[in-house]
This record gives sequence, structure tokens and C-alpha cells, in this order.
Amino acid sequence: MSEDVEAAVERARRSFERREKFSVVFYPLLAILILLVIWELFTLAFDIPEFLLPKPTVVLQSVQQNAGLILQESWVTAVEIILGYLLSIAVGIPLALAIFMWPFFSRSIYPILVASQAMPKVAVAPLLIVWFGFGILPKVLIAFLIAFFPIVINTVMGLTQIEKEKIYLARSMGLSAVDTFFKVRLPNAMPSIFGGLKISITLAVVGAVVGEFVGGNAGLGYQLIVANGAMDTPMLFALLFGLTFLGIGMFLLVELAERLIVPRHMIGAGGGKEMI
Amino acid sequence: MTQAPTATGNAGAVYLDIDRITKVYSTPTGTVRALDDVTIRQRPGEFLSIVGPSGCGKSTLLMIAAGLSSPSSGSVTAAGKAITAPRTDIGIVFQSHVLLEWRTALGNVLLQAEAHRIEKGEADRRARALLKSVGLEGFEDKYPHELSGGMRQRVSICRALVHEPKHLLMDEPFGALDALTRDQMILDMQKICREREISVLLITHSVAEAVFLSDRVIVMTPRPGKIDRAIEIDLPRPRRLIDRDSPNFTRYTREILEMFLARGVLRESP
Ligand SMILES: Nc1ncnc2c1ncn2[C@@H]1O[C@H](COP(=O)(O)OP(=O)(O)O)[C@@H](O)[C@H]1O
Ligand SMILES: [Mg+2]
Repeated sequence: MSEDVEAAVERARRSFERREKFSVVFYPLLAILILLVIWELFTLAFDIPEFLLPKPTVVLQSVQQNAGLILQESWVTAVEIILGYLLSIAVGIPLALAIFMWPFFSRSIYPILVASQAMPKVAVAPLLIVWFGFGILPKVLIAFLIAFFPIVINTVMGLTQIEKEKIYLARSMGLSAVDTFFKVRLPNAMPSIFGGLKISITLAVVGAVVGEFVGGNAGLGYQLIVANGAMDTPMLFALLFGLTFLGIGMFLLVELAERLIVPRHMIGAGGGKEMI
Repeated sequence: MTQAPTATGNAGAVYLDIDRITKVYSTPTGTVRALDDVTIRQRPGEFLSIVGPSGCGKSTLLMIAAGLSSPSSGSVTAAGKAITAPRTDIGIVFQSHVLLEWRTALGNVLLQAEAHRIEKGEADRRARALLKSVGLEGFEDKYPHELSGGMRQRVSICRALVHEPKHLLMDEPFGALDALTRDQMILDMQKICREREISVLLITHSVAEAVFLSDRVIVMTPRPGKIDRAIEIDLPRPRRLIDRDSPNFTRYTREILEMFLARGVLRESP
């Protein structure tokens, strides 16, 4: 009897989730479609020149014609983003651990790090080009520079922001320092850490593109400059779409990792607090 | 064993000995005297409650008894041993459930067993039996967010008991629950204590709860917390909820209430 009820509740929940998932995709797509139609009609109605604002259909043509190039350049940019991002994780997480564990770091490095955020990191790009030339390295470094800060901050926040009772409890259980870290503190910090990782991946995209703007010979950012010089506005838009898809793809990858690692009911919550 | 040891039978036996402790916190705006010359002797197996107005140092006292905080002066010993570090042979329950959100009900109880290196099969058996005994059979694999407030607090009580501690410390464990759930928890608590040899230190601001569960109730004064009076609760066990309206029971609650009124903890308009 009660199993029947449970099964019914479970079914209801599943179908609710299916509908939720469907509407999450459906409504935004519908909105985009409507916007494209308005855009097309607007450019037609006011006879707007192509170099100012090309019609969506023309942009689509440009995407088709340049599909090979866009894909190839996307790959170049993607590699820069991923390398810069991985570097920011490889540096950011250990640095955050050091700041958390050793008061010396939290008193010396941390304030410097926070203050350094006042400097727009994009402005360092020309300097990096001077130092490291026009290869992939300066792009990776700029992506890294921009992306690593939120990882550090969110990891430190996640590790330090914990109910003090949880720590009392760990102590009264006699949990070792290592166990307290891995069984209590780190899982407690996971939602916050992934919050940082998600901000960082979008910043890494910006970093790589800026690097290509300043001193590139390949990549979507470089092609944007080229198309700009040629006044090829449809191509500009085509590249912009390519870049957008690349960014979304990267973000979804990080989100996928989050889903695999963080329990669903904790995602998005600073420390597993319930959300309405 | 389940009965309170009589005062004469156990005259000398002391389990927890809190001897003339004082606790002073220093804050940016000055010092706060939270406890002032407090002496408490808990007998082995005794259910001891502490009631008092909020801010009188009850939580501070519990933290000191747990070895999680140290007194500014005075000494604390448990079973004859001076407490200088967090005691790991106790169970603690806080007002908030403090469950780990990423562990199931069973997993949360098992954390204590893992910390105490209890063999897996045995730990699992004990944890399940405990959860069952508080009515949580079938909820072992639920996460805290899927449980009601009362259920969560039950899980945290199971977590405090799975390593079979000799001492259970609880800081307003039922304070956040609704009245009905509270009553059930009080009954569950009574059952749990009858089934094992355990000394309990319960902090509460509910006079009825303290009288119902305790062998002895200690009443504290407003800050700085001092002991006002200790009242032996001489009522037969097991106690039933309806006993709360009996004259024998209300005699105790009235006594405590009158103390609160006399100290200005409670004020009645004329
Ligand atoms: N860590 C602390 N630092 C400074 N003051 C504190 C601290 N903990 C408690 N106090 C103060 O000590 C007094 C007693 O607190 P507490 O033990 O929590 O009382 P209770 O649990 O009876 O409400 C309060 O005035 C409180 O503000
Ligand atoms: Mg308190």
C-alpha cells in the first residue's frame, strides 16, 4: 500500500523533472527564435547595410561558408582556454590550501592577491607578449591570470566557512586532522569550490580571446581582428557565435564535473543550505 | 542501573566533577564573565539537567564539560581523569542537528563509528539498530534535506550514541522542534537512557522537559552564571507524559518557576 504511494510519488517527481528539463530548454530556444525573426524583419524593414548589421540569414550563410575555418580556429582557442584553466586549477587550489592551512600565507599572500585584483589583468597582455612572444604560451598565461583568482577565493571561502559545531563535533569524535579535512571540511567546501570553477571557466575564455587580440596568429580572437579589418561583418557575427558556443560548451563541461562530484541537493548552495 | 542511584547508596561516587570553575571571555568591548564559581558533581548514571535564562553560560558549561573549551580557573575531571583535551569518549548533541549534508542518515551515524575505528559490520549493525529504535527504519538512506527537523535531530542523537559513550552531553537538543515532536523526543530520550548505562548532561530552557527527564535539575542564575539551586526529582520511572499534570510533578516545575520569578528571569505584571 505505502509502496504504491511511494511509487506514485516517485513517478510524479520523474514526470515533473522531465517537464522541468523540457521547459528549461524549450523556452529559451523559443525566445531566441523570436529575437532572430525580429532581427531579420528589422534589418529588412529599415534596409540596414550589411556591414552595420547583417541579417541572421546572411550570418548563417557566412557560418556555412566558413565552417571549416571556424571549427579549426575554435580548436586553437579551446586548447588555450583548457590549458589556462587547468593551470589556474593547478595553481589556485594548492594556493588556497596553503592560505587556509598556514597563517603566514593568509596574512602575507592573501591581502596581496586581493589587492592585485584592482589591476585589470587584461592590461598585462602586451607585457606577456613582449616576454613570451606570439605563440600559445602568452594566451594560456592570460587565461590563467584572469581565471585563477575566483578559484582561490572560493576555495578559501569554502574551507573556512563552516558551522563551528561541525568542527566541535569532529574534535569530540576524535577525528584526525586529515580525516577532518577530507571527511568534513573538503566536502563542505565543494559547492563553493565549484562555484569558483564555474566563474573561472568563463573568465578563461575571455583571457584566451584577449591574448589572441593582442598578439595572435590563430584562434577565434585573431580571426575576429582579421574579419574586423576586412569589414566582414557577417563573419564577425559568425565568429561571435562560434565563440559563444565554445564558451557554453566549456561551461557545461565544468557543470558536468560538478554533477558527478557534488551531491545534487548541495549544488549552488554555499554550504549545503536549502534553497527555496 | 537504569534507576537513579540513591543519594545514600552512591554518596561518594562522582562521575563528572566540575570544581569551582570560572569562565571569562575577552571581547573587543571588554571582558564577559560567563561562569562564576560553578561547582557541579554528576553521579555515574545520573540524568542531570541544567536550566537557566539564555546567556547565563549553559553552553559554555557544556563546552567545558566536553573538553572543547577550558575554564579560566577551576578544574574539571571525568571518571577521575583531568580534562585537558576534547573528550572523545562522549556523545554530543547540539541545538542544530549538525548533520553532514552529503551523507545519508546512516552515513552520518557511521561517521562516529569511523572516527572510533569500530569494525564496519558491527558499526553498520549498531547504527541500523539505533535508527530503528528511534523510529527511523526505512530512512537510513535518506539525506538530511529529505528528513523533517525531528528526524534530523534523532539521527544526530543516534550519531552521539553509536560508539556507546558513557556520557551524553546535549545542548538544547529539542529547542528548535515543535511541541508535539518535542514530546516524542522526550519519550525517546527516556527510553534510550533506560536501555543503557549512561550519564546525561542536558542543557535546556524548558522546565517541564528538565523535570520530566532528570534525576536532578540544576537551576542557574542570570549572567554571570552561578548555581542557584539543585533540585532532586524524586519521581518514579518510567514517567508518562500525563504525569506532567500530576501534583507531584507540578510541585517541581512550580518551585523552579518561582525561582525564576524571584530572580527576575520572568516578570509578571501586577
Ligand atoms: N566565544 C565567546 N566569546 C565571547 N563571549 C562569549 C563567547 N561564548 C559565549 N559568550 C558570552 O558568554 C555568555 C554565556 O554564553 P552561553 O554559554 O552561550 O550562554 P547560554 O548557552 O546559557 O545561552 C553570553 O553572554 C555570551 O555572549
Ligand atoms: Mg546556549
